[in-house]
Amino acid sequence: MRQSEEDREKLGAPPAQESYLTDGTTVMSWLNTRDHKRVGVMFLAAVIFFLFLGGVFALAIRLKLLYPGPFLFDALTYNRLFTLHGVTMIFLFMIPAIPSGFGNFVLPLMIGARDVAFPRLNLASFYVYLAGAVLALWAMVHGGADTGWTFYTPYSTTTPTMLLPLLLGIFVLGFSSIMTGINFIATVHTLRAPGLGWMRLPLFVWGIYATSIIQILATPVIGLTMLLVAAERVMGFGIFDPARGGDPVLFQHFFWFYSHPAVYIMVLPGMAVISECVATFSRKNPFGYKAIAFSSLGIAFVGFFTWGHHLFVAGQSVFDNGVFGVLSMFVGIFTAVKVFNWVGTMYRGAISFKTPFAYICGFLFFLVFGGMTGVALATVALDVHWHETYFVVAHFHFIMVGAVIMAFLAALHYWFPKMFGRTYHEGWGLVAASLIILGFNATFIPQFLLGNNGMPRRYYQYPEHFQALNVASTAGATLLGFGFVIIFIYLVIALRWGPRCEQNPWRSKGFEWLTPSPPPTHNFDKIPHITQDPHDYRTHAPSGVYADV
Amino acid sequence: MAENGERHSALPYFLVWVALLILTITTFLTGRMHLGTWALPLALAIAVTKSLLVILFFMHVIHSTRLTWVVVIASFLWLGVLFVLTFADYLTRMWKIY
Amino acid sequence: MSEAAALPPGEHPAHDPHLAHHFSSLERQVDASRLGMWLFLCTEVLLFSGLFVGYAVYRYSFPVAFAASSRTSEIWAGTVNTIVLITSSLTVALAIHFVRAGRQRAAVACLLITLVFALAFLGIKAIEYTAHFHEHQLPGRYYRFESVRLPGAEMYWALYFLMTGLHGLHVVIGMTVLAVIAWRTAHGYYSAHYYVGIELAGLYWHLVDLIWIFLYPLLYLI
Repeated sequence: MRQSEEDREKLGAPPAQESYLTDGTTVMSWLNTRDHKRVGVMFLAAVIFFLFLGGVFALAIRLKLLYPGPFLFDALTYNRLFTLHGVTMIFLFMIPAIPSGFGNFVLPLMIGARDVAFPRLNLASFYVYLAGAVLALWAMVHGGADTGWTFYTPYSTTTPTMLLPLLLGIFVLGFSSIMTGINFIATVHTLRAPGLGWMRLPLFVWGIYATSIIQILATPVIGLTMLLVAAERVMGFGIFDPARGGDPVLFQHFFWFYSHPAVYIMVLPGMAVISECVATFSRKNPFGYKAIAFSSLGIAFVGFFTWGHHLFVAGQSVFDNGVFGVLSMFVGIFTAVKVFNWVGTMYRGAISFKTPFAYICGFLFFLVFGGMTGVALATVALDVHWHETYFVVAHFHFIMVGAVIMAFLAALHYWFPKMFGRTYHEGWGLVAASLIILGFNATFIPQFLLGNNGMPRRYYQYPEHFQALNVASTAGATLLGFGFVIIFIYLVIALRWGPRCEQNPWRSKGFEWLTPSPPPTHNFDKIPHITQDPHDYRTHAPSGVYADV
Repeated sequence: MAENGERHSALPYFLVWVALLILTITTFLTGRMHLGTWALPLALAIAVTKSLLVILFFMHVIHSTRLTWVVVIASFLWLGVLFVLTFADYLTRMWKIY
Repeated sequence: MSEAAALPPGEHPAHDPHLAHHFSSLERQVDASRLGMWLFLCTEVLLFSGLFVGYAVYRYSFPVAFAASSRTSEIWAGTVNTIVLITSSLTVALAIHFVRAGRQRAAVACLLITLVFALAFLGIKAIEYTAHFHEHQLPGRYYRFESVRLPGAEMYWALYFLMTGLHGLHVVIGMTVLAVIAWRTAHGYYSAHYYVGIELAGLYWHLVDLIWIFLYPLLYLI
């Protein structure tokens, strides 16, 4: 169904070429913008930089691991590399990428708003992110830390490597995350267009809303934890120091109270993107809209009760092990609900196998296997064998890379025409997607085998009989890297030379496609009055949404 | 909180203040009595009462939207989650379950 | 919050000067601001949560040392500070009350009194800290207090300084915010019709009071 010309006229499209991109072309007009779309684009540019930086660290690690013995650099450097890989990827890419990048751009459009609730706070969240990034980069330039991104005490409180700027950087980045969360919750509560009740919210909005709840409830605890480690390093406060009566496991409780919900901060937005794309590329109404919507909230809440599964062998009591083990099983239920609903949406849909759909396929496959291995790891008896091995590494990379990054790439390809008014080369899109999916499998499936066979994680050297699988993993990582490079190339080309596209190239029913692509600064000439459900592809559904007369 | 044209008096604030002072003096006196195991629960009960007064009246939560109530309750509930599951570890470390 | 989002070119209907363009009404905007502030306060509660849980865990582990150490804290200072903060909460609530009643000068006076109380709080804390330094009641490896030589005493003081220190930082932040708000009130930024700024600053200040309401018994009384 063609995106109605009537809608375009009713909502008042500006002349072609004029958009938020052309409204002010000086650097200052970008640096001082209140426009959520510009803030989103700036965030995207920043997180993509850090994705590549984290990728460089990863490739360095995988290069070293080609050989079981010393190779390329020494063990201390290796430790710093995996620490920086983790910190960069998690705090500088995964946490902000989809919410602050795509959420900022798309969420107000999806609810018929002109901006987020607090546009200046939004801009501030970007600068706070940069400040945290600068602190982290400072630490990296000075050699970085060697504790692993998990900063476990007592090593983190005593290591001579440069930890303080990293701790402070993460504290500052936490503020950026909180600001984004506050903004989105306030936006969804107070800026919905007339007619847009909660049960008409696009599924992406539900996912971002649930993510924002986690950001607010969890992030302060990691902030405090980083401060406590800093206090112990700098001032000898000894909160986690056994010599002073402290308990190192308490650090782990605090750390994982944030960091487990944090993985849901990373995954929920990815799932939110997939919900949007599945409906669009199946041209079918979501199967179980309410289930998908409420399962986002379910994940957000239940995800908070599971952190102890990271402490199974740390010295946590057997009682708590049992409690956390059982609770960790529950959170998998909500993910399963979503997977069934997505597949149910695709069943008997009119599948349009475009690049975003390729990433959906990758996402589903990797989410299921990553999720199942997660549930397996939540079994205490099994975790005793797998803890600190590559099995865990493979599990979380299946979710973090396999699911979340696939979703990020899906979002990038899905909303690229919306954001920049141009299309990329579809053929290369599919080629890159194939390389990434293949490369990913080749990288991380061997790691499940390595871990199950006992190869510990974060080890510089390993026994010779693990070499073959390590080489396979590195080969896969190289392929994966190529895939990303190819994406970067054709997207940059498309940015500058890509053919201009129509307003709604995917023929999506998403509300964000009611605005021109790219949208004008003010989003809508007339705020729409929403009269239909989101993702409504029924042939008898009303076409479009009508502006107030 | 809806705007109303009528003037409302400042008396409720003073009453709450007096109540808070009385509770402070109470906790001060009972705190010095060395009540053994009851000291902590009593002190916390008084502190919770004081905070309810501040939250409901000084912060106007009693007149606020349901959403505000949800945010307030969630904050303390989540403090509770962190506390209960972490403290449970320390309480049960010596339990011989198997 | 008065500029913000863009409008379609050529369209600028007359509106309340406080209203930002992306909100449909001032009431909505004020609701959003309040919600935003409450969400931020939620994060502050969670920030202190870790310290309270740490306190609980270590008090459970070292009950004798904690009880002995808290008995050596300056109970008069803690009590006076509690009264000071409670009264400052009253004055800030009164400031909002006076603005809503159109009495700007009374409101400014209340805000200034609040600031004075806040300074008094910090002053008393400074005296306390100095006393602790003299007695070597210090956290972690600096602990040298002779009267209480029990395992876990250092932990009490570590938590004491962390909790009161973080709280004190929030007092300073609150004071800064209140000072700005007081200046703005004195220059007519707020009125009975629009007083969101004072309200939000007041909420923050009440939170500072709330945290102290719990710190007081835990650190001084039991």
